[in-house]
Amino acid sequence: MVKQLHTKKDILNILSVIRDPEIPVVTIEEMGMLRDVLVKDNVVEVILTPTYTGCPAMGIIEHDIKMMLDIAGIADAKVTLVYDPAWTTDWMSDVAKEKLKNYGIAPPLHSSCNHEVFSTNIIECPHCQSKNTAMISRFGSTACKSLFQCNDCKEPFEYFKCH
Amino acid sequence: MTEQQALYKYCLRLGDNALIQSYRLSEWCSNAPILEEDLALTNFALDMTGRAQALLSYAGKLDGNNKTDDDLAYKRGERDFYNLLITEQPNGGFAHTIARLLYTSTFEYFFYTELLHSADATLAAIAAKTIKEIKYHKAHATDWVLRLGDGTEESHYRMQQGIDSLWMFTGEMFETGEADALLRDKNIAVDLGAVKSKWQASIAAVLAEATLALPKDEYMQTGSLQGVHTEYLGHILTEMQYLQRAYPEAIW
Repeated sequence: MVKQLHTKKDILNILSVIRDPEIPVVTIEEMGMLRDVLVKDNVVEVILTPTYTGCPAMGIIEHDIKMMLDIAGIADAKVTLVYDPAWTTDWMSDVAKEKLKNYGIAPPLHSSCNHEVFSTNIIECPHCQSKNTAMISRFGSTACKSLFQCNDCKEPFEYFKCH
Repeated sequence: MTEQQALYKYCLRLGDNALIQSYRLSEWCSNAPILEEDLALTNFALDMTGRAQALLSYAGKLDGNNKTDDDLAYKRGERDFYNLLITEQPNGGFAHTIARLLYTSTFEYFFYTELLHSADATLAAIAAKTIKEIKYHKAHATDWVLRLGDGTEESHYRMQQGIDSLWMFTGEMFETGEADALLRDKNIAVDLGAVKSKWQASIAAVLAEATLALPKDEYMQTGSLQGVHTEYLGHILTEMQYLQRAYPEAIW
């Protein structure tokens, strides 16, 4: 019997449904974390890059990838974490940014804002689009977000820090 | 010492610094003065655990004995840890922890900025990742030193105490050993002399703005480069490694 071969495209298709466990409205592909798929001698290696070094979602994502491939009949897939080039929020697709906004998380500005003093950036409220907002805390529920409040609609919201 | 052995030790030192500091900062969880601070300090701890993971994984590969990051964190004895003594010191009060964070994050900021240019591609990549996080640590520590130093009489007193009592541990950050010399020749390691002058200028400027006195250079503690530690590291490892020692090979 001939073993079924999977192409890189097939595998990317399978993995395209995996969501970020912390922000379930976006997929790991839209986040720019899924870097490459290598198929050699029918062995699959998925190249993944972490967003933040200590992001606890990485373990779950790795597990999800292996599970999805296993269901598709691809056993013993390898997941490799690469740090070079370092992930940046600039790799996030516009679709992902729009989804974040609709989910109530203000999407990141361009990564160059990381070089400036953090509190001078103007962050738009994802609820009412007001630019009159203030930072409450540089750090939030996950490593990638900080806490803001809108001075107009008074709603608190999270901002995905540019990185 | 071969280049590989030198690089192994270099990665252990950087990884251990992140791991032990992370451990200390985690102790603030649910104990910080305000909720936002609880979030901040534990966020830093998480960044540092991630950094330790990357560096210790790399060290494990260099070692050639199939060691994982967990093996290196949980199965090494105290004398085989190379973290700076300042990272293992008890937290003390909040100002004390902030003083330590100012010293270490300022050091790490200049250190990892240099490491971006390392001839070792993995170290350069880890530096690129971690420098973005360190910027936040440094900005946060600086804000608090200014606020407490230039605050009330009591906060000024406590901040100065923290700055003074940890000063004797700062000399060690710029010590070099055999591994550094070997890796410097290959453009892998950072020139600590250059980092030192930038660190001194930056700390002096922050303390001056915070109306705090810059401590005088007197006796500086030493030892971690040889794996000689203060009594505190042993206590940290006793707790951190308990599970793997009591139930070897236990997994999640």
